[in-house]
Amino acid sequence: MTDATRETPPASGGKLAEAVRESAMAALLAFVLTSLMLGVRTVDAPGGLGLQYRWHLVIGAMAVVFVGRLLLKLFWWKEDGGAPAAVGAASGRFAALTEPLRKFAAPALVVFAFVLPFLPIADRQIIDIGILVLTYVLLGWGLNVVVGLAGLLDLGYVAFYAVGAYSYALLATHFGLSFWTVLPLAGILAAMWGMILGFPVLRLRGDYLAIVTLAFGEIIRVVLLNWVEVTKGPDGISGIPRPTFFGLEFKRFGENTFHSFFGIEYSSMHRIIFLYYIILVLAMITNYVTMRLRRLPVGRAWEAMREDEIACRALGINTTNTKLTAFAIGAFFGGLGGSFFATRQGFISPESFTFIESAIILAIVVLGGMGSQFGVAVAAIAMIGGFELLRNMDWVKGFVESTFGIENFDPNEYRMLIFGLLMVVIMVWKPRGFVGTRMPTIFLGRERKAISGDLVKEGEG
Amino acid sequence: MEYFLQQLINGLTLGSIYGLIAIGYTMVYGIIGMINFAHGDIFMIGAFISLIAFLILMSLGLTFIPLALLIVLIVAMVVTSAYGWTVERLAYRPLRESFRLAPLITAIGMSIFLQNYVQIAQGARVKPLQPVITGGYTIMEKNGFTVQISNIQILIMVLTVALMAVFSWIIAKTPLGRAQRACEQDRVMASLLGVNVDRTISLTFVIGAALAAVAGLMFLLYYGVIDFYIGFIAGIKAFTAAVLGGIGSLPGAMLGGLIIGLIETFWSAYFTIEYKDVAAFSMLAIVLIFLPSGLLGKPEVEKV
Repeated sequence: MTDATRETPPASGGKLAEAVRESAMAALLAFVLTSLMLGVRTVDAPGGLGLQYRWHLVIGAMAVVFVGRLLLKLFWWKEDGGAPAAVGAASGRFAALTEPLRKFAAPALVVFAFVLPFLPIADRQIIDIGILVLTYVLLGWGLNVVVGLAGLLDLGYVAFYAVGAYSYALLATHFGLSFWTVLPLAGILAAMWGMILGFPVLRLRGDYLAIVTLAFGEIIRVVLLNWVEVTKGPDGISGIPRPTFFGLEFKRFGENTFHSFFGIEYSSMHRIIFLYYIILVLAMITNYVTMRLRRLPVGRAWEAMREDEIACRALGINTTNTKLTAFAIGAFFGGLGGSFFATRQGFISPESFTFIESAIILAIVVLGGMGSQFGVAVAAIAMIGGFELLRNMDWVKGFVESTFGIENFDPNEYRMLIFGLLMVVIMVWKPRGFVGTRMPTIFLGRERKAISGDLVKEGEG
Repeated sequence: MEYFLQQLINGLTLGSIYGLIAIGYTMVYGIIGMINFAHGDIFMIGAFISLIAFLILMSLGLTFIPLALLIVLIVAMVVTSAYGWTVERLAYRPLRESFRLAPLITAIGMSIFLQNYVQIAQGARVKPLQPVITGGYTIMEKNGFTVQISNIQILIMVLTVALMAVFSWIIAKTPLGRAQRACEQDRVMASLLGVNVDRTISLTFVIGAALAAVAGLMFLLYYGVIDFYIGFIAGIKAFTAAVLGGIGSLPGAMLGGLIIGLIETFWSAYFTIEYKDVAAFSMLAIVLIFLPSGLLGKPEVEKV
């Protein structure tokens, strides 16, 4: 169909006719794809399923594909480079222009994160979104160690998040241990699980490893769901204690409360802001540790392994140990994130630890450029924070509902759709990420040769 | 014994469905060496297209079931193939020369996209369908326990065997099959000898998707209920089947599918039904660790 036509010489009738013909083919394909799936909706009806026809969606999809393909054909895919070259040059100029600013971007972001609760815009909603975003930043950085630095695709990262969450929930509700005692413990437990799960599978090749980690993630979830005596199964664990500030609780009444100790008025915001700072500090620790690790021999071994595993082995690096440390450290951060999640929510159930969660974290790492700390942070802010903000804007909802005729529009329903699509687009268009680029931490000599990335095609990467 | 026999029949039916999906994994892996993570969702799309097509035919007043099912089968195969082709064209072909994890990541992206696309287009609720093919035969009756094989089980097994025969013939005898095997061995050399590699790979995806569509229709008829999430679990199990049978091997995929189907059914029958997915997933890990080249596969040689 349309794929062959790009190579064939244009038929008589010139370029435009050719483009139109091709676009028509694409629209026809769009019709085949969408006619039954989008055009007909199965709805619950008495005595089985009823059908609801929505031809306007099919026509809309065909129109979008036709016009999109036509525009791409006429302006984008050209033999002389065309628009991509122009855009590439423009973005290159833009990058050069912003080069001096770039080294301030990350510190500015950190400073902003620290002062956010005291800014006038910070209401409860903003802080809540901030906590959520920072949780994903932490998880993204944790997974970044495994995927971005060591180049091991881990699709079951949520398992470690779950281990951390359940460790805290169980230890706190059964033994009354405090958040601060359990936090490192949860990390260590998650890291141990990382090693236990990692050990047998690390000899596997990249794509097999990915699918086995996925299976492990699912196994842990199924166990949590069915081991009712310990985890209370689908009911989950509730009444998980909140963290304390050096023993001071965030309660309105009672002894040793935060507000009475400092002699200030009680406000429920204190607890929220406290949680915000906990996760911010945890994320910062993750970042700092990762940055330092990258300069240690093990970090360099990770990056080397990502670029070429066989060469790594030839140079005498023990790849099993190197992989195992990456797995364990990534899992450790996942465990920290998990116990924070448990203490923040006060309630956990296996529902929170599905594959979708792993996929979201992976999407953040991929969009952030797989290896770039800054990129991961920006991707988390954009993807998590952006959608939360979008959900809270009523005019967006009204606009979409009136324009597209969709009832009860909720941007979060479309979040995973867009995540999935972006993962594809990023990989096809800019495989090294949108925001950051992954460059090895050290270089031989002064000049920064681009050994990473484009030159490495057949690596295990 | 009767119970065992009954479970054997159920397991073989389930295994046939897994086998049909596993063929898609194994063919794609054989030819371009990647796990088509979205294949499970292609199967799910096949099931949905079947359901929708069937309901449309019913609403148009076609009550002759065999004809309706034949039309549904053809429509589902065509439309699902279009999905398979499009996924390959958009998400995998541009990355054929990229680093190894790149197509895997796009495959995961595609899988997420397809799941959510169906969820949004069709709703998250499960879709029930009242039994279309009813009836069956009693094989034996002893001690008050009857061993039955239903018509739908017979249909599934017969169709699977027939499709296996047809596709084995295609791979072994036709020019397309020859081109596929050539691409499998050496893509560059095949293209130098005049094999249209892009076309061959596209057709591989089309065939895989068409078989997944058949599996989807069978799943719909057998279980009578589908949702947008069925592709995920079934996909992993079918992948396990493909690996178990030896990835790249067509009879291996079928054999692996049957084994996985049997393991799952017997596990549910004799142990706990809650942990049946754990059984299948553990099987995957065990096979990959101890038997990475599978039952009928060739050991992989690592090239530098």
